[in-house]
Amino acid sequence: MQVNGRVLVVDDDLALAEMLGIVLRNEGLDVTHVADGATAVQTFRDTRPDLVLLDVMLPGLDGMEVCRRIRAESGVPIVMLTARTDTVDVVVGLESGADDYVVKPFKPQELIARVRARLRRGDEPEPERLEIGDLVIDVAGHSVKRDGQALSLTPLEFDLLVALARKPWQVFTREVLLEQVWGYRHAGDTRLVNVHVQRLRSKIEHDPEHPEIVVTVRGVGYKAGPS
Amino acid sequence: MTERVRPASARAQPHTTDRSRPDVRAVLAVLRRWLVRGARRIAHLWRASLQFRVVTSTMLLGLVVVVMLGSYLFSTISDGLEADRTESAKIEASRLTSEVQATFEDSDRTTAADLNLLAQQAITSAAAPGGDTERFLIFTRGLGNTNSNVVQTTYTGRVRLPSVPIELRQAVRDDPRHQQVTLIGIPSAQGDSTVPAVLVGSVVDVPLAGRYDLYAVFPMEREESTLALITRTFTIGGLVLVLLVGAIAWVVTRQVVNPVRRAAIVAERLSSGRLNERMRARGEDDLALLAKSFNEMADSLQTQIRQLEGLSRVQQRFVSDVSHELRTPLTTIRMAVDLIYDSRSGFEPAVARSAELLRGELDRFEELLADLLEISRFDAGAAALDVDATDVRDSVARAVEAARPIAERWGSAVTVSTEGPTVAEIDARRVERILRNLVVNALEHGEGRPVDMAIAGNDTAVAVTVRDHGVGLRPGEAALVFNRFWRADPARARTTGGTGLGLAISLEDARLHEGWLQAWGEPGQGSLFRLTLPRKAGTPISDSPLPLRPTDAPPVPDEPLTSSRPVTVTPGTGPWSAQVGPR
Repeated sequence: MQVNGRVLVVDDDLALAEMLGIVLRNEGLDVTHVADGATAVQTFRDTRPDLVLLDVMLPGLDGMEVCRRIRAESGVPIVMLTARTDTVDVVVGLESGADDYVVKPFKPQELIARVRARLRRGDEPEPERLEIGDLVIDVAGHSVKRDGQALSLTPLEFDLLVALARKPWQVFTREVLLEQVWGYRHAGDTRLVNVHVQRLRSKIEHDPEHPEIVVTVRGVGYKAGPS
Repeated sequence: MTERVRPASARAQPHTTDRSRPDVRAVLAVLRRWLVRGARRIAHLWRASLQFRVVTSTMLLGLVVVVMLGSYLFSTISDGLEADRTESAKIEASRLTSEVQATFEDSDRTTAADLNLLAQQAITSAAAPGGDTERFLIFTRGLGNTNSNVVQTTYTGRVRLPSVPIELRQAVRDDPRHQQVTLIGIPSAQGDSTVPAVLVGSVVDVPLAGRYDLYAVFPMEREESTLALITRTFTIGGLVLVLLVGAIAWVVTRQVVNPVRRAAIVAERLSSGRLNERMRARGEDDLALLAKSFNEMADSLQTQIRQLEGLSRVQQRFVSDVSHELRTPLTTIRMAVDLIYDSRSGFEPAVARSAELLRGELDRFEELLADLLEISRFDAGAAALDVDATDVRDSVARAVEAARPIAERWGSAVTVSTEGPTVAEIDARRVERILRNLVVNALEHGEGRPVDMAIAGNDTAVAVTVRDHGVGLRPGEAALVFNRFWRADPARARTTGGTGLGLAISLEDARLHEGWLQAWGEPGQGSLFRLTLPRKAGTPISDSPLPLRPTDAPPVPDEPLTSSRPVTVTPGTGPWSAQVGPR
């Protein structure tokens, strides 16, 4: 399956950036490259890419800050490239708005799988209407409404919510969610799920401390709350 | 209020009388408990406090000295007083005797009645000349006087003839020329006690009536009270002296003990990591010398620790930086290699094979880098637990699943048995990594024989054992398997790679959980690795639900067994300290 789309690569390592370009172009993607953080946001505005590959360590402007600024004006999928796996760094990266992260050194297939999973939403979903809690989800129209009021979710958060809402009777383990929402083929970092569930809850729950829509099943995972 | 109280107390009364015996017993029990506790406390103080020991023994010795000195002085003084009194009594008595004798000789009375009256007058006048020195007189017919004229026995004061011992009277009869002296006890003026007194007997010749005895009694009440005063003074003085000695001992030992105590406190602080603590060194005495040497020791310790800390920080930082810096170029290489590898079908055979080797070795290189980074994170103390209630069975299942390709290559079957509760608060990612390492390790050393896993839980812990039936471990090796880059048999061909850091990382992971990771093995019997984790994070494990020594292992022979006894590894003997054998 060939997925077409434009990718903005933000990385100061020219060799890696070029290699990324080669690999992504092989996949039929259109690649733009920026080498420093300061011009990344402007280039993003100019090119309107479908996905951003963002290195955490950047000269000029820190990767986290770039992520935060892009996220402030767009829900575009952002995948971080990081050399670190320390919990704090990963969590900070995810909390600055990244949808996913890839730890260097990564295999090209791994990166492509992740990129594809984020771009796949270009496929045309069938019209579908889901209800979860007091929310109404229009899958094709990509909107979530409470009492007719639209809630602003990023595509990833939307996918996460849809995955849970489609099977309200099922408890999803973190691993299953990683596979369905993030496109991981092997076990991934379950912290990814935790962080995004927290973010999703902060947007859709009445009281994020006592969630009723996305419920934690202790020792197993998450499930949709009763509608 | 009072109305309500009164009936209650009235009701309570019969109970109290009923319980009086048990109450006494209870009070006795309490008393005994107090005594025991007090004795224990004193015994503890005796053991624990040098000062207490010195002060107590000084006071005890002081008490002995004071008692000995006191009793010696008391006996000397009382002897002196007694001798003094006896001497003066003898002089006084001889004066009285001559007075009475003179009275009789100067008189011209001839009848018995006259003599009686005369005796009465003479005794009374002699008995009370002033009143400051009390004395009592007894005038009585001497033993063996058979004269028909009888003068009646005459007394002054409260002493009667029966108080005079018969031996003295006989002595007076036998030796009339000398005074006879003895000590007797007489009733005191108040009549409630006995007072010692000097009794002096002498002879008076009464005209017409023959020999009569004159007994003079001198009570020693004054001497007695003097002695009592001396005793009192001595007791009080002695006690004060003992207390003073104790106080002095306390002050003196304080001067010695306090610096020692300060040194102990400072040493304790030093050992708890406060390296800036120092003792106060003043003056030039022995204690100042102690303080000075102590401070010098602390200085050199501090310097060395700082140096070591600095070195280890630099080293950890370096390892971590190197790992991070390597990652970016490695990613580029990775992608390039994969690109080349994917198009190897178009290459010459040698180039194609090179691409395959390149890719394989790159995998190993990446694994090693990842493990190095993980170890450096443990060494830097940067590893953190992310616990969640997890069923250990799931972790085991995933680890077994991950090891399936290796199991298939070896043709080993992996069996899992479960018993008891298996849900525990663990960091699933780390536990899975431990289990994966253990399973892969067992498969690699299992020589194609089955690998048996067991999961079991008790109240506090969950344990997983991984048993292989391979070559096993030689004596002493159970302690080495967790060392970094350690290889069981350097001569053995490397078959399945592995970085040599897997078990070291597993041990660190287990330690992070406050769990145990232990190994057992005997040559030819295979080996067994046991992971024990607390079911509730942070609660210590009391015992593992599974034995470390497998039940199917041959019984332990009788010889000393340091080799095959399970070894609990206490890690942290220093990073990189155990690079045994070639890589």
